[in-house]
Amino acid sequence: MKRRLLKLSARLLGAGLLLLLAAVVWHNWGDLLGASPAPQLAPATPQSLERGAYLVRAGNCVACHTVRGSAPLAGGRAIDTPFGAVYSSNLTPDDDTGLGRWSAQDFWNALHHGRAPGGRLLAPAFPYEHTSLMAREDSDAMFAWLRSQPAVRQATPAHTLVWPLGTQAALAVWRTLFFEPRTFEPDPTQSAEWNRGAWLVQGPGHCAACHSPRNALGASAGVADLSGGLMPVVNWYAPSLTRERETALASTPLDEIVRLLRSGRNAGAQVSGPMAEVVQHSLQHLHEADLRAMAIYLQARARQSAPEPAPANPPPVRASMAELGRKVYERHCATCHGEQGQGVPGIYPALAGNRAVLLQEPTNLVQSVLYGGYAPATAGHPRPFGMPPFVLELEDREIAALLTHLRMALQAEGSRAGEVTPLQVNRIRAETTQ
Amino acid sequence: MTRIFRNRCARVLATALGTLLGALTVLSAWAQGPRQVEDSMAERTRACTACHGDQGRAGPDGYYPRLAGKPAGYLYHQLRNFAEGRRHYGLMARLVDPLSDAYMAEIAAHFASLHLPYPPPAPSTLAAQRLARGQALVLQGDAALGLPACVQCHGERLTGLRPHVPGLLGLPLDYLNAQLGAWQTGQRKAHAPDCMAEVVRRIPHEDIIAVSSWLASQRLPADTRPASTLPKPMSDSRWRCGSAPELSGALPAGGRP
Repeated sequence: MKRRLLKLSARLLGAGLLLLLAAVVWHNWGDLLGASPAPQLAPATPQSLERGAYLVRAGNCVACHTVRGSAPLAGGRAIDTPFGAVYSSNLTPDDDTGLGRWSAQDFWNALHHGRAPGGRLLAPAFPYEHTSLMAREDSDAMFAWLRSQPAVRQATPAHTLVWPLGTQAALAVWRTLFFEPRTFEPDPTQSAEWNRGAWLVQGPGHCAACHSPRNALGASAGVADLSGGLMPVVNWYAPSLTRERETALASTPLDEIVRLLRSGRNAGAQVSGPMAEVVQHSLQHLHEADLRAMAIYLQARARQSAPEPAPANPPPVRASMAELGRKVYERHCATCHGEQGQGVPGIYPALAGNRAVLLQEPTNLVQSVLYGGYAPATAGHPRPFGMPPFVLELEDREIAALLTHLRMALQAEGSRAGEVTPLQVNRIRAETTQ
Repeated sequence: MTRIFRNRCARVLATALGTLLGALTVLSAWAQGPRQVEDSMAERTRACTACHGDQGRAGPDGYYPRLAGKPAGYLYHQLRNFAEGRRHYGLMARLVDPLSDAYMAEIAAHFASLHLPYPPPAPSTLAAQRLARGQALVLQGDAALGLPACVQCHGERLTGLRPHVPGLLGLPLDYLNAQLGAWQTGQRKAHAPDCMAEVVRRIPHEDIIAVSSWLASQRLPADTRPASTLPKPMSDSRWRCGSAPELSGALPAGGRP
């Protein structure tokens, strides 16, 4: 009696596992069963090629699919993730190492289903949950334009993901949990501009790839989640686009949001880090109407989100740290940013009342002090002023004290952001030293 | 009594002096006012001069070379080389990545236009015999090794050739060694065809230090500016330089970088 019960439950368990396996397989490859014959690719016209080139720009494909010093879009750049490096593929039409033997259907499968020819599942470092939202015509236009570019023979190195995460089985399970091919459904209650903006932000722009928090398995909170996220490995914080305290998109005039997207700078903010690359390689080249549509959508989203109470003032800082911070500020920063952090209009940003200084997450501040740098040189801001790197000049303790000074002493009561510790500085320094 | 009196006098005097000093400090601060930030290339290139020294006159430790007065085309190419991975230094790459070609050319032209006096060279500690070997390689080359003389391309005065060939004097020994080493290992590259890589590969390993030591110990000539023409243009087609077409007469000297 007992043995029979045991046997029965083992069978049930086995059947359950088989069912689960079938579900995973069905979820990842099921559509291939009933696949209708691939539609013929319409011959490319100058208009469709231009559209394809524009969409490749809007997706900033070149940023990940180009390795420093090599031909654009020939792939091979390591995208470092907490699970290992994923190497971007060669998008030029080379037969053996690129898209030379791909069909338009293969390209659509990659964009919409996250699958390479032959059904191989792609690693989600390629943000296919976003490209999935693009229409078949978009995919065909991009493919036609990519095919029109010079072929570059450059083999893509194999990913170095920690076993078993790079295996097809692991990717299949991950995708069953976090990915569903989707099409973009316009919201009929919103304007055409809003919908265009939503499509750009959620689709080709793949904003949530950075501006959304990722869980322990590396999945974002969805293509429309813009609540901000810490980018692992590269150590930048992509601020929340809906929280007023972080980016103030609800109260910033639309023209100023457009200006930031187009030129990398507006009256109250300047892009840096990975966002500077996005402006440089993608956004500054987009049509004004599209930037405006994105601004309208982003502002609407920011206005929907509930206002949050101001955080309580943080505890006071130890006198020795406060004194050290003041000294470092006077010696290295006050010359440009002013004694009171007031900045120089149009040249050096003010630090008092600066949202980027007051972000709860101090990662971007540490990056700025360690590596300094320039805002992107764009048509709207062609000759930026630069900031020196301090990585070789200041110690962790000095940088921590300096940033604490910026966030506490230089700020008005009620808006202070709290201490930065030497440990926080040390971690970012260690992880970003090249 | 007298001691108390003397103490009191001293205290009064000290207080008066202190007040006076304080007043002077306040006055001078008031006279200076807040620093006037001017819209200039010097201001725009603070990120450069923080390491490369005021006006690009070189950093204090020998690793940040002088920028002032180097040919504009050469400086521009170096910025591009960092951006495109032909030279490797993470800090430089991060600085130049967001810049446009036009702005890099402007920054290069700015430093090229600065003519500052050079500090006297540090005497070399290398044996005279080895220094003589270095001098011979720089001035005559070595026909047996197929090695052209440095002066053939870098100018008779070794101050470079406009617009793309850098001068070789006024550079710290550490920097010269690091660069020649990097050319030998292929760490540092220039546009193809990479003539300099080919030249440095032919320098025997043990002669690198002789060449760098001799160069680093030379005083600069009265006219420190890069030459505008070579007395004898390179006729040997083996030495074509992708980064300096003027060497093979492909570009009039002084042309656009």
